[in-house]
Amino acid sequence: MQFSDSFFAHRFQITRHDLETHLAEALSQGGDYADLYFEYLATSSISIDESMVKSATQGVSMGVGVRVISGERTGYAYSDDLSPEKIKKAARVAACIASGPSKIETFDLNEGAKHNLYPVIIAPTETAFADRVELVKRADRAARAYDPRVFQVQASYVDNLRQVMVATSDGTLSFDRQPLARLSVFATARRDGGDPQRGHAGGGGRVELDFFQTQKTPEYFARESAREAIAMLDAVEAPAGETTVVLGPGWPGVLLHEAVGHGLEADFNRKGVSAFTGRIGQKVASELCTVVDDGTIASRRGSLNVDDEGHATQRNVLIENGVLRGYLQDKLSSRLMGQESTGSGRRESYAHIPMPRMTNTYMLAGESDPDEIVRSVPKGLYCANFGGGQVDITNGNFVFSASESYLIEDGKITRPVRGATLVGNGPEALKYVSMVGHDLKLDEGIGICGKGGQSVPVGLGIPTIKIDRMTVGGTAGGTA
Amino acid sequence: MSANHLAELAQDIVKRALAGGATDAECTISEGEEFGVNVRMRELEKLIEAGSRGAGLRILIGKNTGASYTSDLSREGIELLVKSAIELADITTEDPHAGLPEASELGAIEGDLGLYSADVADLETTVKIDAAKRAEAAALATDPRIFNSEGGGFDTYTGRHIFANSRGFAGEYRSSYCSIDASPVAREGESMERDHWGHAARRFKDLETPEYVGRMAAERALRRLNPVKVETQKVPVVFEPRTARTLLDSVYEAVHGMSIYRHESFLAGKLGEKVAGENVTIVDDGTIPGLFGTSPFDDEGVRSRRTSVIERGVLKNYLLNTYAARKLGMKTTGNASRGLTGNAGIGHGNFYLEKGVQTPEQIVAGVGNGFYVTQLMGFGVNIVTGDYSQGASGLWIRNGELAFAVSEVTIAGNLKEMLMGIEAIGADLEFRGSLAAPTIKIGEMTVAGK
Repeated sequence: MQFSDSFFAHRFQITRHDLETHLAEALSQGGDYADLYFEYLATSSISIDESMVKSATQGVSMGVGVRVISGERTGYAYSDDLSPEKIKKAARVAACIASGPSKIETFDLNEGAKHNLYPVIIAPTETAFADRVELVKRADRAARAYDPRVFQVQASYVDNLRQVMVATSDGTLSFDRQPLARLSVFATARRDGGDPQRGHAGGGGRVELDFFQTQKTPEYFARESAREAIAMLDAVEAPAGETTVVLGPGWPGVLLHEAVGHGLEADFNRKGVSAFTGRIGQKVASELCTVVDDGTIASRRGSLNVDDEGHATQRNVLIENGVLRGYLQDKLSSRLMGQESTGSGRRESYAHIPMPRMTNTYMLAGESDPDEIVRSVPKGLYCANFGGGQVDITNGNFVFSASESYLIEDGKITRPVRGATLVGNGPEALKYVSMVGHDLKLDEGIGICGKGGQSVPVGLGIPTIKIDRMTVGGTAGGTA
Repeated sequence: MSANHLAELAQDIVKRALAGGATDAECTISEGEEFGVNVRMRELEKLIEAGSRGAGLRILIGKNTGASYTSDLSREGIELLVKSAIELADITTEDPHAGLPEASELGAIEGDLGLYSADVADLETTVKIDAAKRAEAAALATDPRIFNSEGGGFDTYTGRHIFANSRGFAGEYRSSYCSIDASPVAREGESMERDHWGHAARRFKDLETPEYVGRMAAERALRRLNPVKVETQKVPVVFEPRTARTLLDSVYEAVHGMSIYRHESFLAGKLGEKVAGENVTIVDDGTIPGLFGTSPFDDEGVRSRRTSVIERGVLKNYLLNTYAARKLGMKTTGNASRGLTGNAGIGHGNFYLEKGVQTPEQIVAGVGNGFYVTQLMGFGVNIVTGDYSQGASGLWIRNGELAFAVSEVTIAGNLKEMLMGIEAIGADLEFRGSLAAPTIKIGEMTVAGK
């Protein structure tokens, strides 16, 4: 792309010379590195409740973040005004982190390598509202039609179109146009006199609006959410204590995100505060486990053509046949650790400092038949769907909360059980993986990951796996 | 942009919306300055400083709603803001309950609520960096087993919140915030544990000292070392204030007006019924000077107030905005809450459990075999059913004393039974945020471990 054709040059009359001037200002007090992150984010959301479209919002947020790195120090300032004077002021504030003579005087800004993972011509945000509002109306109708016991439905549709430009003092100039859309449906069902139960489904990606017409329709997500709510009406108490756990394919990959993903982010390891610190080359999982973080899968929610530091995303192997292989690196940590960036530098917005983050994290398929995996369990828990999870990086303990799970009795999936949290320890839990299915599935595209107060969209995936031992936090008497 | 200018801008946006075809409109503008510093291993690590502002608009055309927001307050940005909200009224559904509050409900608490203190805005950068350094240094100096750190931090925010609507309300208030924290890491043998302590206040002079914050953080990390995974069992569970507060958050979600009118809360339809033990009184009070849940008016321009939620175990009130109130045939409780985007939702003021008489030590002393929970993890709270299952760590209580560290376990029960089963409430109520609870003891929960 010609710089002059880029969004920010066109819309805000920013020139290449401006970028060089601002970078020079940022490094005017010294420092090893500086970057500018320009963002223009247009968002729309529509939601339906009680079969009425009660809320529709659209908005714009824009700004620029200026970062200066000096050794291990980071100075950061941002402005929601893109005028040259305001950017200069931000650069001057960020520059205060360093103290010394200016080191870098000229910048040869070149467009670096990047992917073309979401060749979306018309982003959902750019389509007619009349088309988008139909998605939530259809979801509402389909969830109610699924079963008369469904008595509440809320569906929401959110899309955004993010224009970004990154200019760095080490010479990278990159542009990206990042569309993202997501449809989400909650259905609540009730049987006479009984407790209501809620189900949830949703998905999307970096796609055109057509995705919701031809690939994953509102009816599909609506039926999934209603099915989960109805299934849970018969739920019995979950077991309490250690038991065998089978995770179904797809979203249950949240296990990997919590158990290993966060602990392998380089910032924690550089500081020596992760339970995985110093364990590269060690066995941290059964040899059936190979886990990757891949930001390069076409159209996925967690994918990016370039990360938020202007570095092309990659497919990074985290665990290979049970052995810990590598960390997720951003520019700061990779430089301090003498390694390469893995294209994992991400941030929530121009108002946030980049950190090493996950993209799409999943386990590669194994060889077992999923039915065979269930048949091999005399007594245990089958988890089909989860809410969120959380991890304590330092001791490695993680949790993830099952929203749809079933007892396994004599090799058969039997009764649904009430929501329960599962707990384990990161460097230990995957050692008990004894079977891995051939049915790898990525999630539907709904994940949001939080770290240090910043949220970013991520993807997950896993085949059916069997974990011989894991603690399940139910209430059913005695041990499981 | 001057304060007066922003207040005028909000009213101007409302007028433009009416001129553009809206029958009612409300506009929120917020503006703030943020500063943050982190130090790690005694060195400055991160410094962030910036100002930002934005505007949100909600309009009605009859009973159809539209909303928009922008961070672009230029003339062009404002024109787009107004046009964006108005065009959305075409796609929303006519909703008989939609609308602004009645004019008679609008108003603000007069007088100084202590939400802003100039001593925060006036702080020198060197003072802030020094405070963060001292907090971390105090943590590192507590014990040789504190061998590493995720750092010490000091943050400040000062801002202005402006709200105007087409029913004649115009109000604004300033607020300030400062906080200090430390996150040390302790190690002994193979065991490595991190914990955190922090304090936030509206006035700098009310902040806990850096030395106190650092020492508290270190002591918390140290007591977590060498944890045991206990056997699965049913025992009494004591929540320290930090974890008890999360139970209050669940009660708040359960009395949230939106969940009530949808019958998606275990407390829906229970008004006037006994839902907790007689020792339980829970209040939402948005009027207490200086606290983080305090404001002169809510985000629809309705005067903030004190609402009794649970009184001696009986459910007295839900928390409502105008919309939820109309759906339920009730009056708003002044709990409307919104950011810049969308319709007003519901929030809480200072939402707290009234204190009891026992000291935390007396409560622990009353437990023969039980679990003292200092950290909770996960998303295992279901407000629809009340089912509760969370990852937990803390200390095991043996013969009335805190005996050893426990982790990698869960605690589970149902909120309906947990509220009925609160056997003791401590006298140690302290407002460290807008949710507050003293130490509480629940008679029996399932601890799942080995």
